[in-house]
Amino acid sequence: MNYFTEAIAWILDPANAEGSGGVWARSAEHLWYTLLAVLLASVIAIPLGYLVGHTGRGRGLVVASTGAARALPTLGVVTLVGLILGIGLVAPLVALVLLAVPSVLAGAYAGIEAIDPRTIDAARAMGMSDWQLLTRVEIPLGLPLLLGGVRSATLQVVATATLAAYVGAGGLGRFLFLGLKTQDYPQMLASALLVVLIALILEALFEIAERVTARRLHVV
Amino acid sequence: MGWVLANLELIGSRTVSHLLLAVPAIVLSFVLALPLGWFAATHQWSRATLLTAAGLLYAIPSLPLFVVLPTILGFGVRDAANVIVALTLYGLALMVRSAADALASVGAPVRLSSTALGYSAAGRFWQVELPLAGPVLLAGLRVVAVSTISLVTVSSLLGVDNLGLLFVDGFQRGILAEVLTGIIATVVLALVIDALLVLLGRALMPWTRAARR
Amino acid sequence: MKTRIAALVAAGALALTACSSSNPLGSPSAPAPSASAGGTLIVGSQQYYSNEIIAELYAQSLEAKGFTITRQYQIGQREVYLPELQAGKIDVFPEYSGNLLQYLDKKATASTGEEVLAALPAALGQGLRPLTAASATDQDSYNVTADFAKANSLTSIADLAKLNRTIKVCGNSELAKRPYGPTGLKSAYGVDAEVVPVEDSGGPLTIKALEDGKCDTADIYSADPSIASNNLTTLSDPKSLVLPQNVVPIVSAKVNEAAAAAIDAVDAKLSTEELVQLNALSVTKQQSSAVIAKAWLTSKGLLG
Repeated sequence: MNYFTEAIAWILDPANAEGSGGVWARSAEHLWYTLLAVLLASVIAIPLGYLVGHTGRGRGLVVASTGAARALPTLGVVTLVGLILGIGLVAPLVALVLLAVPSVLAGAYAGIEAIDPRTIDAARAMGMSDWQLLTRVEIPLGLPLLLGGVRSATLQVVATATLAAYVGAGGLGRFLFLGLKTQDYPQMLASALLVVLIALILEALFEIAERVTARRLHVV
Repeated sequence: MGWVLANLELIGSRTVSHLLLAVPAIVLSFVLALPLGWFAATHQWSRATLLTAAGLLYAIPSLPLFVVLPTILGFGVRDAANVIVALTLYGLALMVRSAADALASVGAPVRLSSTALGYSAAGRFWQVELPLAGPVLLAGLRVVAVSTISLVTVSSLLGVDNLGLLFVDGFQRGILAEVLTGIIATVVLALVIDALLVLLGRALMPWTRAARR
Repeated sequence: MKTRIAALVAAGALALTACSSSNPLGSPSAPAPSASAGGTLIVGSQQYYSNEIIAELYAQSLEAKGFTITRQYQIGQREVYLPELQAGKIDVFPEYSGNLLQYLDKKATASTGEEVLAALPAALGQGLRPLTAASATDQDSYNVTADFAKANSLTSIADLAKLNRTIKVCGNSELAKRPYGPTGLKSAYGVDAEVVPVEDSGGPLTIKALEDGKCDTADIYSADPSIASNNLTTLSDPKSLVLPQNVVPIVSAKVNEAAAAAIDAVDAKLSTEELVQLNALSVTKQQSSAVIAKAWLTSKGLLG
């Protein structure tokens, strides 16, 4: 248990804070990788999820392939893409996007699917086109579930982004691998604590976002 | 394909070791999540706290957990028990929320009427709430099973025998086929277990199939 | 397809019995143990393919002498397997003299191969002992591409100082803290260096990074056949910054004289050139350690 106090001391040590390899810089890198991966995954998954949710077609295919995507071992993907493309950010980013897509996709189509069919019927009866139905009814009403999907994707990516350091990229994984391989367990644990801290902050932001959208939906 | 054929025995033994780590963790997370989920579902005040705490478990990077757990629990780093405990924690992170949602979906009127019919609290849980929550529980369990099987591979970085060792070894030797085999074998294993769970669900809950028709 | 699945299941079942019991049927290549045989020994290896090959050489040589062997290969790095060795959970483990000594004794002052080997027994403490070291060495070495060496006329690590900038070194992350890492480069050669971590122990990704110009030099094990196959230049180390790393088996008290003799017989024939060739079979021919070991031991007459 003593490692925990040593890990906190390691984080608070000013000698570890500054510089391009310091706590601040590595945390920023880690956050950047996470946001980039979730953003890319959203660009891919949200339109696809809306398409599936709106048309009701291809649902079986999407469910099956998200199941398979969840089973993809991130370490394996990082290794494989790394061997093909070399060191740097591309390999871990590919793996993290693959990790994030299933949750976002599920959130996007489930959000639309969960809407009461009577609401959809009413909107059509009012003469809405498909596009109007999607943008004015389905997307706003599906927002809470979509946010939930993005939230769990983000949580998974934050924790897994440590593997980026396995193939020469940065982020908090640098402290993790260095600590692990030099038996500097306080440093390794410090990296884990920082990851959890970033996750906590992101969770809080999502909590606020979810409350805001919930309130707006009630007003509308 | 040449590498695969020359190493069938290795792939087979890695797959068996993989299962011996994943299956106990999947079962344990399901069994432990039930009481926690039931508590969150029936005690509204505890719900947010329990679910947030469980969710945050998921944010702990797995590699340090595999290394730190032994110092707390007194296992060796490579002990199967160590890996199983860590995987169970991640399984719980996902399963507690599913269990709480599943049991909450049963609804107060059903609970009240079964009590009125004379069920004891335990009888009501086993004979009414659990079967009604079954389909949602199964959906949660399937996600836990698939992600646990995928997560096992990280422990290979510490020398624990499972399909992940194919990544590490293939990485050092530059054998793409070996890395690819590890990935495909992991995914196939997950999908097979997933399919078995679906079959198990149909066997235990025949009414879900009837309802769909 | 069906037979293939059946084969897979059978293989899995076989492997299960092999590791869960000391059933002599579990290791097919072992002859029936004679009454004088030393029973079951556990052979371990690092998470490094070349180390696994050496472990397999020991294992098959022991099996030929009637011992029953349980194999525990690919056990992480020292921080994972050394505690298990010290706890008596593993009986035979191929090690590298210099790095092992530095791990056990952070203040070790030995600098030649002989001094390192002489210091090992005391550093290992009770319960473990080194057997006779092989002449084969496999140590960290600094390598540059042939073009880079030519363009900057580099032959020794000291020449890196001529570049007058911070040198980027690709290697495992722990290199940053090793005595022969940036600190040693600075104090011995006046070279400023920073580590670009790539966790494949000088494998193909490290070499790709070096060739892509992501780093100036790469830490690659000297017995790695890819140094020659990629036409890399290994920089000489006139100040002996990197301690000699002779292959040396570390064994527990369960290893008796007969077992020690079987292991010594392997090491007596294992030169660096031989080790590079064995590694090449693993990397380019993609052979498994069992196949490589059997062929080599047979050619040396050690399985008779």
